[in-house]
Amino acid sequence: MTSTIEGTVGRGDVVPRGRGARARRHRHRWVGWLYVLPAMALYGWFVLQPLGLSVQYSFFDWNGIGVAKWVGLRNYAQVFSDPSRLGALLNSFKLIFFYTVLSIGIGLVAATLTRSMASRWSRAAQTILFLPQVVPLVGAAIAWKWLYAEDGAINQLLRAVGLGSVTRPWLADFTWALPAVGVVGTWVTLGLCTMLLSTGMGKIDPSLYDAARVDGAGAVQEFFAVTLPGVRNELAVAVTITLIGALASFDVVYVMTLGGPGRATMVPGVDVYQLSFNQARVGAGAAMGVVLMALVLVVVIPVQRLVRGRS
Amino acid sequence: MSTTGRRGIRATSIGLLTAASVAALAACSPPGTGASSASTTTAAVSTELPSGDVVLDVYLETNFQEAFKTLAAEFTKEHPNVTFAFQSDTFSNLAQNATKIISSPDAPDLMRYPTVSQAAQDGILTNLDPYAGAYGWDSWPQGTLNQVRVKSDGSRGAGGSLYALGIGYSVTGVYYNKALAAKAGITSVPTTLADFEADLAQAKAAGQVPIMVGNQDFNGAFPLQAVQNQFDGLDKLKSWIYDDAGATYQLDSSVQAATTIQDWASKGYFPDDVNAIDYATSVGRFAQGQGVFMINGDWSASAFDQASPGGYGFFLFPGQTATSKHVAMAAPATYVVPATAKHKDVAAYFFNWVHTDAKARQIVLDITGSSPGGPADLPAPSPKAGTLAVDTVAAATRLAQEDGAIDFLGNATPGILTSTLGPDLQLLLTQRMTPQDLVSGVQKAYVTELGR
Repeated sequence: MTSTIEGTVGRGDVVPRGRGARARRHRHRWVGWLYVLPAMALYGWFVLQPLGLSVQYSFFDWNGIGVAKWVGLRNYAQVFSDPSRLGALLNSFKLIFFYTVLSIGIGLVAATLTRSMASRWSRAAQTILFLPQVVPLVGAAIAWKWLYAEDGAINQLLRAVGLGSVTRPWLADFTWALPAVGVVGTWVTLGLCTMLLSTGMGKIDPSLYDAARVDGAGAVQEFFAVTLPGVRNELAVAVTITLIGALASFDVVYVMTLGGPGRATMVPGVDVYQLSFNQARVGAGAAMGVVLMALVLVVVIPVQRLVRGRS
Repeated sequence: MSTTGRRGIRATSIGLLTAASVAALAACSPPGTGASSASTTTAAVSTELPSGDVVLDVYLETNFQEAFKTLAAEFTKEHPNVTFAFQSDTFSNLAQNATKIISSPDAPDLMRYPTVSQAAQDGILTNLDPYAGAYGWDSWPQGTLNQVRVKSDGSRGAGGSLYALGIGYSVTGVYYNKALAAKAGITSVPTTLADFEADLAQAKAAGQVPIMVGNQDFNGAFPLQAVQNQFDGLDKLKSWIYDDAGATYQLDSSVQAATTIQDWASKGYFPDDVNAIDYATSVGRFAQGQGVFMINGDWSASAFDQASPGGYGFFLFPGQTATSKHVAMAAPATYVVPATAKHKDVAAYFFNWVHTDAKARQIVLDITGSSPGGPADLPAPSPKAGTLAVDTVAAATRLAQEDGAIDFLGNATPGILTSTLGPDLQLLLTQRMTPQDLVSGVQKAYVTELGR
């Protein structure tokens, strides 16, 4: 609501406002707050309160039951000095390539291709790509674990085409475990990206394509001149969601590798869990969680700014 | 311009509001008021069952349900006024939620709980010493009970107060696939560590996987400790596991053991994909005939019996010489009585019954494959002929006679296995970490976790 009003103002239109109009607007605002009150209360109780508690815990050395000891910023100092914490943070950034870059790249191609198909086939293709979103992630991760096993389908396929020399237990390979986990991330987010982007493409005015064609643009130029700018908003949503997915990943890693081999696939989500529940170091886990949240915000807010600022 | 300005102000004010509320919360009283550590109150205990109806509330590990329900049915048959209510969860879920369940006001009367030390210190468990005195549990063999005795400084071992008992006391050892061993020309059970290593080499030469182990979820710790148990310095290792003040994992035996299993790995004695196999998969593969040996506990005996009746054998891990005393990981499946439990006397009576009643002891062995523990002068329950239980019971009896039980390395602290020992073992077995680095890394994590 407000965004449309402000959007109009932002474009430089002068909206004449009388005193009465302003007063009315004020009253409307209060009624608006009343409507969002139940949601705000729930949000406060289930999101802000736990967030506050996490911040509080992060200043203590606490096992979850006994007496907590105030340690100031020590837990945070450990996050940035302990190699296993830093390694986990670094891995989550590596996952961005698979969750965001790969899936949006492939998603753009897939959306463009499916739009040029007959509608029946395009719908079928999109459904197939979207299916991973519907499958519970834990189940999917177990299935992927089988695929990646020493005698799993992927290695069988490689052997069948004469690539027996590259087969390996993928999830136990120090070099390939993280990419193997990342590919699952791509597989999961691809459908969502394709769906979003293809919806965005559907909203582009066909006359723009005609104009481009008249100007002599080929398919590739058309893509960069018309399609890509046309889906900028959808792109922003896709980037935001997949970035958060990459940085806050948990289930796929937890089920497939537990962070191993060694610490090759450890990510902050699993680390927070291990610290808080397995090691009963609630303060250290909370500090890691707060750092993770800050990181997500630091990465996501500029993306939002970038796109909104230009619209 | 004005738009971004206004939006900026709004964002800032929301941010400030959030920060303020977060700060306000952070300034509140510290979390964890510290449960009353008044668990030492020696209220008069009774060894008689009440005459009225009692429902004993029990919280179980999912795959122990069958055993427990059979025990409960037998108990109710003998004492009709006592019935049972069950809740259960998988072991890992249970381990993570246990402290919350135990410290809740409507805690169960009896609960499966693996690591007692911290909970005992936090005062959320019933100190069983008065019952031990009243029922005479102190005169039972104490090798495994010392693992659940907690001293005032939080360390475990003889001299501490009793906080749990086992329903089933498991022993670990080496399973072997009889057919595969014969095929590889291994004709007798090894009696020394050197013999065992020779057998491994023979199995490898015959094209077999010598030892089946799944190290994705860190079961490489089994071979590591099985080897380490045979070296000198056992008391120091025990005091490390029990968290004694000043204890360290920087022991010669630690480095020797890590060196040995790294050497085994480089010789190909473990599966190629050892770090990709989890425990369940490793048991499945061994049951399907992959691997000549497997270092595992008696809880797996029935699975192997089912896969191939009579096809497997079990022996205690051999020592340095044929006359060395056997040392093996052996631990109770520990049950505790929460401090807030309503029927403590009944829970204790049930504990005593499980350890001493002939029928109960037979049920424990038949269903769990583990020894029922209890008084040394009671006859051991008899295993079914032709099953692996014949071997495992013999091993448990022998271990008890030689007093060779030792707790598991991973029980030193709640997180040592998953945080450090396990991941480092994955590095060790793939030649990415030196034995010395593994040992010092484990000690460093131990110190951090215990806050020393």
